[in-house]
Amino acid sequence: MNASPITETPAEVKNPEPQKSGGALSFLRTQLQQSLAFATLVVLLVFFSFASNNFFTWSNISGILLSTAVIGILALGTTFVIITGGIDLSIGTGMTLAAVMTGIFLVNLQLPLLVGVVGGIATGALMGFVNGVNIAILKLPPFIATLAMMLIAQGLALVISGVRPIYFSGVAGFKDIALGTLVPGLPNAVLILFLLAVVAYLMLSKTILGRYTFAIGSNEEASRLSGVNTRTWKILIYTVAGVFTGIAGVVIAARLDSAQPQLGVGYELQAIAAVIIGGTSLLGGRGSIMGTVIGALIMSVLINGLRIMSIQTEWQNVVVGLVILVAVFTDSLRQRRSTS
Amino acid sequence: MPTQLLAVRGISKSFPGVQALRDVQFELDRGEVLALVGENGAGKSSLMKILSGIYTKDSGSITLEGAEVDIDSPKTAQSLGISIIHQEMNLMPHLTIAQNIYIGREPRGGVFLRERALNRKTTELLERLGIALDPREVVGNLTVAKQQMVEIAKALSFDAKVLIMDEPTSALTDAETETLFRLIEGLKQRGTGIIYISHRMEELRRIADRVTVLRDGQYIGSLGRHELDVATIIEMMVGRHLEEGARPGADRARGDVVLRVQGLSTRHLLDDVSFELRRGEILGFAGLMGAGRTEVARAIIGADPVESGTVQINGRTVRISQPADAVRQGVGYLSEDRKLLGLLLEQDVNSNILLASLRDYTDALGFVHTAKGKQKSREYVKSLRIKTPSIASTTKNLSGGNQQKVVIAKWLARDCDILIFDEPTRGIDVGAKEEIYRLLNDLVAQGKSIIMISSELPEVLRLSHRIVVMANGRITGVLENEDASQAKIMDHATRMGVEKEYSSR
Repeated sequence: MNASPITETPAEVKNPEPQKSGGALSFLRTQLQQSLAFATLVVLLVFFSFASNNFFTWSNISGILLSTAVIGILALGTTFVIITGGIDLSIGTGMTLAAVMTGIFLVNLQLPLLVGVVGGIATGALMGFVNGVNIAILKLPPFIATLAMMLIAQGLALVISGVRPIYFSGVAGFKDIALGTLVPGLPNAVLILFLLAVVAYLMLSKTILGRYTFAIGSNEEASRLSGVNTRTWKILIYTVAGVFTGIAGVVIAARLDSAQPQLGVGYELQAIAAVIIGGTSLLGGRGSIMGTVIGALIMSVLINGLRIMSIQTEWQNVVVGLVILVAVFTDSLRQRRSTS
Repeated sequence: MPTQLLAVRGISKSFPGVQALRDVQFELDRGEVLALVGENGAGKSSLMKILSGIYTKDSGSITLEGAEVDIDSPKTAQSLGISIIHQEMNLMPHLTIAQNIYIGREPRGGVFLRERALNRKTTELLERLGIALDPREVVGNLTVAKQQMVEIAKALSFDAKVLIMDEPTSALTDAETETLFRLIEGLKQRGTGIIYISHRMEELRRIADRVTVLRDGQYIGSLGRHELDVATIIEMMVGRHLEEGARPGADRARGDVVLRVQGLSTRHLLDDVSFELRRGEILGFAGLMGAGRTEVARAIIGADPVESGTVQINGRTVRISQPADAVRQGVGYLSEDRKLLGLLLEQDVNSNILLASLRDYTDALGFVHTAKGKQKSREYVKSLRIKTPSIASTTKNLSGGNQQKVVIAKWLARDCDILIFDEPTRGIDVGAKEEIYRLLNDLVAQGKSIIMISSELPEVLRLSHRIVVMANGRITGVLENEDASQAKIMDHATRMGVEKEYSSR
């Protein structure tokens, strides 16, 4: 009789250093918010699939992903800022200004496509840089500094565009940035979101910028005393958020094939909500890109599902508001448990 | 009316692991100023917290005006007529003087506040005390001294019979101190008993009627007005204990000067601080709380702005305007407040150890190569014997001693040659203390140079090759270890006045 392959344990399974249950537990606990968010997403998907036959179709899923793209890109950038313990309210109207500037470069100035796109992104980066300087050097509270930038960007977008939309109909290939399909069936905007998510993930978890983002959010003064040049890094982090804002501006302009100067207010709150739902702490020091992506998906799945179930827009807002409350509440419960 | 106002007998209080007070006693008469003195950690604050109801005593009795009282909360203390003025102000800077004094007890008509009645009441109170202040003035606009007057007025508005003042003059100028003393004189005449905590010897001679000395949580003795003698008080404060134990010998070779500080001054405290640190040396910094030792450290590493002064490292003058510059020059600072200023409590041990040296593990693109860094962290956990389940454990869950070792590892990983330890053993249990001491000695044996700020004189004497003593933002003495004693250090540490005696080498 030969040795039963079923009872034999492969050598790799025998962990030479068994993980202590305490370590595993604390690992679970830190992942709890994120896994809660993921579970929520799955529950929502299952629920809406049963509630409506039209929900779990490729065209609807692809629509959900497309509508996630812009909020998702904004949320990725602002995740960095929120982990430092800061906030960026200027990403919504900043995105609009970046879109308008892209329009100016491409339509009014007739610059090449690449230059226009880079110009739009640079607009976002510049706003982020100014935010960073105001916060790190002039020591303005992030809420105030970025609130001011939010108004400035909104005003500038209106002034520069003359309060009229800029249409890109003449610019060849611009629309494809968001709506083309490099991967068949998947809009490029979604591809960009996923690529940026990977980039943001690598930056946050593998680079020195990411480490310092967490360090500053955990204890800014201790980081400073350890020789971390917190001012420079904060400026850089807000600039990174600005780059994401600029990219969102280009993507939304391409998706609408126009720059709409009236748009943008409210996007910042949705993006922040996505970050929070994804388990990033508003107090700083804790958060993840994966969580943010899931948070952004929850937001759009919820809105799309409610719409498909023919629930009025007004009620959709109420539901989203409740979801934010529940997400933040479970987070604070978790925090209270870990501090006690 | 009997003259005795307050009698405290046999008070003991322990906290987990520490006996803060053991069988402490004192008496206070009407119209008397009792000065309570002792080194940092002698138990003065704990005793006052028991009197004002913040702590409850384990045993002992408190007799107020002949009747034993049970002070179980700050509210009870207040209603019994015991008021305390804390070292740090407890006023709301945006409210007016009157609003501050009667907060929670505002005269009201229905739901409305009667602001005019409030101001009238305050005017009467201030007049009675002889304090010339406008009740409608916003407290934030007042000088520290005037804010203190407001604190006193507030304490007395409860009809305080016993007034406790914790280092009331630490933030005052000479003229302001004079005003305070006149106010105290007035209070004495009205029969208020005052417990006055201070480190300033010359003040005690001036206003104290009696001095009670505490040491290590125990009552040492009391001196009457005519026995008051600074030398005697200091001797009582430090005792003759703890002088034993190995002290660094004088036989070691002197290294080169690695750090030279000249004429360091800051706007608020430091005044012309100059000293040298040699290679392989532990330079102790002694002094009472608020003497400016931490401020010297923070000024050197660029954490706080400096008015004037130069810093030389290895003979070259360096410009340090922020901590990052200091780290680049190989100067690491280990804060007295590890939790607030030293550690990322929510992050793991690895992140904390690598925080100052992360660039060494980062490539040109900014990617951190974790494997090498983790290897380094593990080495330090092993060599410093940091007790932690793994380098991925959250730092918050480590004991105080092990947290301190994590901070030390952080600077060793950065390869700093000059380390400034601010209260390296605060909040660390005795066994771990020994280990930290051994670690400090190992470090200087390896050629590092250490500045050690400590409020524990035995610790200073045991480890330091030389001892810098500070008082009131100035260096009042530099002592060789073999010439130093606790009494000598205390003598220099209490030289608050203008007499500038500088007994170096």
